[in-house]
Amino acid sequence: MFDGLSGKLNDVFDRLRRRGALREDDVEAALREIRIALLEADVALPVVRDFIAGVKGRAVGQEVLRGINPGQMVVKIVHDHLLEMLGADEAGLNLAGNPPVAVMMVGLQGSGKTTSTAKIGRWLEAQAKKKVLMASLDVRRPAAQQQLAVLGQQTGVAVLDIVMGQRPVEIARRAMEHARLHGFDVVMLDTAGRLHLDEELMAEAAAVRDATRPNETLLVADAMTGQDAVNVAAAFKEKVGLTGIMLTRVDGDARGGAALSMRAITGCPIKLLGTGEKLDELELFHPDRIAGRILGMGDVVSLVEKATATIEEADAERFRKKFEKGQGFDLDDMAMQLKQLRKMGGMDGLMAMLPGVARAKKQMKALNMDDRVIARQEAMISSMTRKERADPRIIHASRKKRIAAGAGVNVQDINKLLKQFQEMNGMLKKVKKMQKSGRMPDMGALGGGMGGAGGAMPDPAEMAKGLKLPPGFKF
Amino acid sequence: MAEGGWFSRLKSGLSRSSGRLTESIGAIFTKRKLDETALEELEEALIAGDIGVTAAARLTAELARKRFGKDVSPEEVKGDLAEAVTAILEPLARPLAIDAAHRPHVVLMMGVNGTGKTTTIGKLAKLYTDQGLKVVLAAGDTFRAAAIEQLQIWGERTGATVVAGKQGADAAGLAYGALETARREGADLLLIDTAGRLHNKDNLMAELQKILRVIAKLDPQAPHDRILVLDATTGQNAHAQVETFKAMCEVTGLVVTKLDGSAKGGVIVGLADRFGLPIHAIGVGEGAEDLRPFSARDFARSLMGLG
Repeated sequence: MFDGLSGKLNDVFDRLRRRGALREDDVEAALREIRIALLEADVALPVVRDFIAGVKGRAVGQEVLRGINPGQMVVKIVHDHLLEMLGADEAGLNLAGNPPVAVMMVGLQGSGKTTSTAKIGRWLEAQAKKKVLMASLDVRRPAAQQQLAVLGQQTGVAVLDIVMGQRPVEIARRAMEHARLHGFDVVMLDTAGRLHLDEELMAEAAAVRDATRPNETLLVADAMTGQDAVNVAAAFKEKVGLTGIMLTRVDGDARGGAALSMRAITGCPIKLLGTGEKLDELELFHPDRIAGRILGMGDVVSLVEKATATIEEADAERFRKKFEKGQGFDLDDMAMQLKQLRKMGGMDGLMAMLPGVARAKKQMKALNMDDRVIARQEAMISSMTRKERADPRIIHASRKKRIAAGAGVNVQDINKLLKQFQEMNGMLKKVKKMQKSGRMPDMGALGGGMGGAGGAMPDPAEMAKGLKLPPGFKF
Repeated sequence: MAEGGWFSRLKSGLSRSSGRLTESIGAIFTKRKLDETALEELEEALIAGDIGVTAAARLTAELARKRFGKDVSPEEVKGDLAEAVTAILEPLARPLAIDAAHRPHVVLMMGVNGTGKTTTIGKLAKLYTDQGLKVVLAAGDTFRAAAIEQLQIWGERTGATVVAGKQGADAAGLAYGALETARREGADLLLIDTAGRLHNKDNLMAELQKILRVIAKLDPQAPHDRILVLDATTGQNAHAQVETFKAMCEVTGLVVTKLDGSAKGGVIVGLADRFGLPIHAIGVGEGAEDLRPFSARDFARSLMGLG
């Protein structure tokens, strides 16, 4: 339902085929769609208003670049403006100063503070080679202190001993003292979840801040947060003071408009993202990812990274060499691609990250491409002999019967697979030709190709190159 | 806590924020004509309350049908909207009905991470042990560190039996064992906690389906209630949550938590419109008694800033 934006914008601009600069009335129509898209993505209303005003100022009178249509031009302007508002650079944690330095975690109940505390602790030890002490100041939620202790065991990060009956400020002081005596570099202070409206608890957080003078005070916020994100962020900023934001549950499918709201309201950078339940699933913030997501343009960068991480390099290398030599792509390669596709989270996982998802999904449906189909295709290829896989042309009727029996499918299914294989081969040849002439296929062609070819993934590095050309983007 | 007490608490929670919503409605209408511009602004104000684009459009359309082109005051507009919201939510305000004849009545709690499943179970345990029911709790969140201990503390507070395994144990096996225990002890109610999971993680959703399958082996009707716990702070993603959990685990009702904050929980209006799931209760605080039946009228009037 959220793929609408680029589609809608294309509709708006399809009606006007004129060239030249963007005119105010064209832009107005586009901005209405953008406003709705942002609101659906949970960007807070006041932030949406500012944003729209900013985009309007930039867009009106702007020359439409050659080779793209006005809709794409507006999307590009929106995208650039969004990137700017989200903050251009990755911002790490500031740990400068005499150790031990404190990092204080604050936020609403259930936003993921304790898990995030452990993730950051682990990350600082592994990446920044810091000696980290974690302390839970949550004396309210049952077993919260124990939760951090368990996470300490799991990550191997030191945790301050629990002393029952101590107040949060006392625990914080004890943590700093312990760190000083034992040579820790960083003290992670995990505070209790609190409502920004709860004066007493907000005062308590401020008291902890005064006692420890943290280098960083991070607001931990759920990427699924709605319009209230602005109120929460503003209140924490005012009453406790913030240096940055950590957005959690980015691995969900929320569009994460809260990120933009909180960034705009507090002026604090978004520093870190929680991207999974495992304790190493922590990433530095990339504004371009969140921007694409808020606009419903798919998480293209993440897709490319995921592809890079999943596709085993040796396999990819072997494939690339073969491909460059102009050798045909064979069924073994196809099996490898299918396996990788499944590893990347299957069709649905992949589709969720691609732009123009709705259209691609429809194509998938039409072609009956779901994860079960992939598994079945893998089974068919496994039922073939090595010779058959290397040279599918030898697969005639009796061989087809044998393969079908082996994989538990019909001969028609084998035919379909072979046809798909041929299409895939054809598409790869096309890609190769385009590479030679220096043109990369646009996303539309790729999407279509994937539908037809059962998920042929070109070399991820090449794909990344192709995707990083925003003007060539086809939404 | 008295009925008035919880209502004023809900209201004070809501009003801090609905203050903003109603302020903007107030700003739109100081006795002026209800025209296209006014309606558009009104729709935006509703969207800002997390009500959602579709539900906001439906509400404003309804208002337009009644009052378009007429002079209206902010109070009239708010009153109309509150009535419309009440009409949507009223049929869905249904408290949890525990049928002790099931011996035990089985309730499964699910939801994404951090919505308050364990806390809600603790509150329900308190509510029903106070009513004299024999309650068993199953510590089915075997993933999150110390979730088991958290539930055990609730067991101590309420006197409910807690069936727990080790962290990392198979949740389905634990749920099965808990149902056996509850039967053996002749319990009236079994509340099963589960680990928080994002609805877009297929493997975790499959795990939840396994819990349901395993329980059905002992009692094909169980779990009698499959409750999705929603955080009122959540924005439009709540739609995706309800959609997926409903499709995969046949959710039978909702509990909405954290309504004591400034989040308006307006998203439940859109959810009601689209899914029609009963809302069993709302959470308005961290205390054992801070779970309350859902009243559509009170919620709607508070949301619109009416007393």
